Amino acid sequence: MSTDIVSPAVARGPETGTVRLSINGQQRELAIEPRVSLLDALREHLGLTGSKKGCDQGTCGACTVWVDGRRVLACLTLAVTCEGREVTTIEGLSADGGLHPMQAAFVAQDAFQCGYCTPGQIMSAVALLREGHARDDDEIGEWMSGNICRCAAYPHIRAAIREVRDTGRGE
Amino acid sequence: MTGAIGQAIPRVDGPAKVTGTARYSGEVPLPDLAYAEIVGAGIASGRVTAIGTAAAEQAAGVVAVLTRRSMPKVAAVPLLPSLLGGPAPGETFFPMQDDVVHYAGQPVAIVVADTLEQARHAATLVAVSYAEDPSVTTIGQGRPSAYEPGTLFGGLMPARTERGSAADGLAAADLQVAAGFRFAANHHNALEALTTIATWDGDQLTLHDSCQGIKAVQLTVAALLGLSPSKIRVLTEYVGGAFGSKAMVWPHVTLTALAAQHVRRPVKLALPRGQMFTSCGHREEQEQHIELGATRDGRLTAIRHHKISLTSPFDDWAEPAFGVASQLYGCPNFEGVHRLVRGNTMTPTFTRAPGEAAGVFSLECAMDELAGQLGIDPIELRRRNLTEVDPNTGYPWSSYGLPECLEAGAARIGWDRRDPRPRSERDGNWLIGTGMAAAAYPVAFFMHTQRARAHMYADGTAIVQTAAQEFGTGAPTVMTQVAADGLGIDPGNVRFEFGDTDLPTSGSPVGSNGAMMVSSAVHNAATALRDQLITLAVTDEQSPLHGAGPAQVMVAGGRMTVTGSGPAGRGPAGETYTDLMQRHFMNDAEATGSWDPPPPDTPHGLLTFGAQFARVAVDADLGLVRVRHLAGAFAPGRVLNPVTARSQLMGGMLWGMSQALLEGTRMDTRLGRWANASLGDYLVPVNADAPEVDVDLIEVEDTVTGPLGVKGVGEVGQVGVAAAIANAVHHATGFRPRELPISVEHLLAALPPEQATASAGAARAR
Repeated sequence: MSTDIVSPAVARGPETGTVRLSINGQQRELAIEPRVSLLDALREHLGLTGSKKGCDQGTCGACTVWVDGRRVLACLTLAVTCEGREVTTIEGLSADGGLHPMQAAFVAQDAFQCGYCTPGQIMSAVALLREGHARDDDEIGEWMSGNICRCAAYPHIRAAIREVRDTGRGE
Repeated sequence: MTGAIGQAIPRVDGPAKVTGTARYSGEVPLPDLAYAEIVGAGIASGRVTAIGTAAAEQAAGVVAVLTRRSMPKVAAVPLLPSLLGGPAPGETFFPMQDDVVHYAGQPVAIVVADTLEQARHAATLVAVSYAEDPSVTTIGQGRPSAYEPGTLFGGLMPARTERGSAADGLAAADLQVAAGFRFAANHHNALEALTTIATWDGDQLTLHDSCQGIKAVQLTVAALLGLSPSKIRVLTEYVGGAFGSKAMVWPHVTLTALAAQHVRRPVKLALPRGQMFTSCGHREEQEQHIELGATRDGRLTAIRHHKISLTSPFDDWAEPAFGVASQLYGCPNFEGVHRLVRGNTMTPTFTRAPGEAAGVFSLECAMDELAGQLGIDPIELRRRNLTEVDPNTGYPWSSYGLPECLEAGAARIGWDRRDPRPRSERDGNWLIGTGMAAAAYPVAFFMHTQRARAHMYADGTAIVQTAAQEFGTGAPTVMTQVAADGLGIDPGNVRFEFGDTDLPTSGSPVGSNGAMMVSSAVHNAATALRDQLITLAVTDEQSPLHGAGPAQVMVAGGRMTVTGSGPAGRGPAGETYTDLMQRHFMNDAEATGSWDPPPPDTPHGLLTFGAQFARVAVDADLGLVRVRHLAGAFAPGRVLNPVTARSQLMGGMLWGMSQALLEGTRMDTRLGRWANASLGDYLVPVNADAPEVDVDLIEVEDTVTGPLGVKGVGEVGQVGVAAAIANAVHHATGFRPRELPISVEHLLAALPPEQATASAGAARAR
């Protein structure tokens, strides 16, 4: 998991300004302060509430999204630093409006209960397969440990990831 | 008859949850929404002498800064558990009514601003001055003033449970075991923080609130504000976990409503993670002391079980520790006593498997120790003390299943291969141990009338409604199944509607009662509608069912039939609901159903039983404990859906693992504040901590717990796990854990040092 997003220096003050983001392939324009996190930009300003706020401190992973294809914690990422990058959220995971194979596997394996951590789990799980970090259960467990599931569906989350890994439909 | 009940149907809300479209309380879009941030007291005891609001009020975007001077007075409302179905404040104290500080984090001001960032920043600008008094925030600090309350739970439960004479039973014993246990405070830490959005339209209040019971929220806020419940509507479908933290209605809900009234705009308050440790209760810090007396052949003669715990300055709250502990074994003499210390914390509250998770830990650790001293296999010792009746009342169990659970769990963990001697098994540098514990959780009939409504359209599809909410239990899924079977239609033709206080009343699903009470009402509504349509058919001369006895009519797939009545070779006579309704020009049909629980003194012992088994590995040098396998077997009456039931039991078992090894909120006594109030510092299990978990379901028939015989699975999964793990740690190491969570420090002191030297090579080799 990498959070080393480096943005070009832009001369801006602390005031509300226009921030242009590309989210799930759509260009969006927001009037926000530079201190607004990517997570709050998504949830409070763009109505994209699929990314969840669990801790707002980078410890729970419920806000996991992709920036330029890499998983990041949206609560620790300033929205303004995502200009010129592609942000992908759970709402953009499945292009055709159906379920992504990982989403279908989470349903089939009952890999959630309350569902609040689930979008973050799924964004991590898909990235995990792409990163090649799902060779066995130990590795899945280790690389999924940035996403807390307080309902503790963990064994089922591993089963869902195995299912997608073994059918080779992860992308 | 095969129906939807009992089928492993995937969650009906699965697609909404995996796509992020399931809407939780903080996710309701509202125009002109303002954001609130609570300023919590920076001291644990004393008075607020001044609140400087000028800087905050002048900060950009700030709409208002509320203090006790701008906060209306609220009514005093007694603390009663939400399972009673009435107003259920989490504590009798309501903040911002005077200048007294009872606990750190207690709300002293609220900032409302146009954006979340502005509210959060302005909250840091509120300057609160205090006159600080010394605080008491641990049992240790307050032990000299400990007292035995008359009752707990707002007077509902006695603080003392006695049968026979524990003193006599101990005196008569061949052998005694005595042990003391300490338990750290626990915080639920549901991943979705408690969140409230309040909107006023004239004198009508709408709340979106992350809660376990929308009716409890409606009635509590109504009582505090002196409003009619008819003026308050609570809308909550999806809740991001609760675990007891959202069972009671905490002050921030009403504070948000008052803030919204003050600023005349919709206001959202989502508690920051840090405030989740001082806003919605916790499992209290506690100590337990247990004495067992037994005969040489392993019959219990006495159990004496005492608990001391920390409560708030204003409420006599303790999670009741001796329900299961007093009922599990047929011991003639029992004495359970709760004692309390008043301290500067908020009132503790329900936390998953409240009371029993700790009480059964003490009992089942002591039973393991007794088994060791007697030289009797731990399972055999339990078997010798099992009882077919509730030993407190002499009433037979409404349903049992504990012997079968012990057997199933033992088979799953491979108990017959276990060498009973401690330190008898190694895997490289890991000491391996296996332990077990019995488990149970009460079935309580405190709830009021449960109601549901079934509505069918002429095309044979139905909407079934009740004022429940979904916080992970799978309620919408299992209620869809129950409604489908009650109506005799396919689950795909049922839409279960929930999450609105305007719908028929169902109570707060707490204490593992949700599946039982809500399914009973849904079943009764669905079958009432079915019977209404059957009655219409059998009295309709144009119906093939005309003249049949209603009791002979079966419905499946939306078709009513009377077995054996049809022309030869054409199957049973019958017609569909659609045929009937269209012939009668009916667009729809509707019925309500209700269910009242049996009286609380119903002549049955009421527990849900289970058995827990754990296999652990303890690093011989470092004392690290890793759980390799958990196996649980449970007898929860009728299982409505094995998928959701297993998931909830598995989650409970991993909560038990977490109780054993990870969770503890520590008090910084110098400041009177929780020292680890974040998800980084308060440890909860992550994926790598969770072993594979086996769950076996033993179905038992129960004719007492509602028309479907459902008990519950929310809590019993957690009960006993920590004891099974502690007993496994003893089996692995010879060390008896006496404190939860079990830590490396406890084990390092107990592991023989020569062991470390001898095994260092093996560790590297592994």
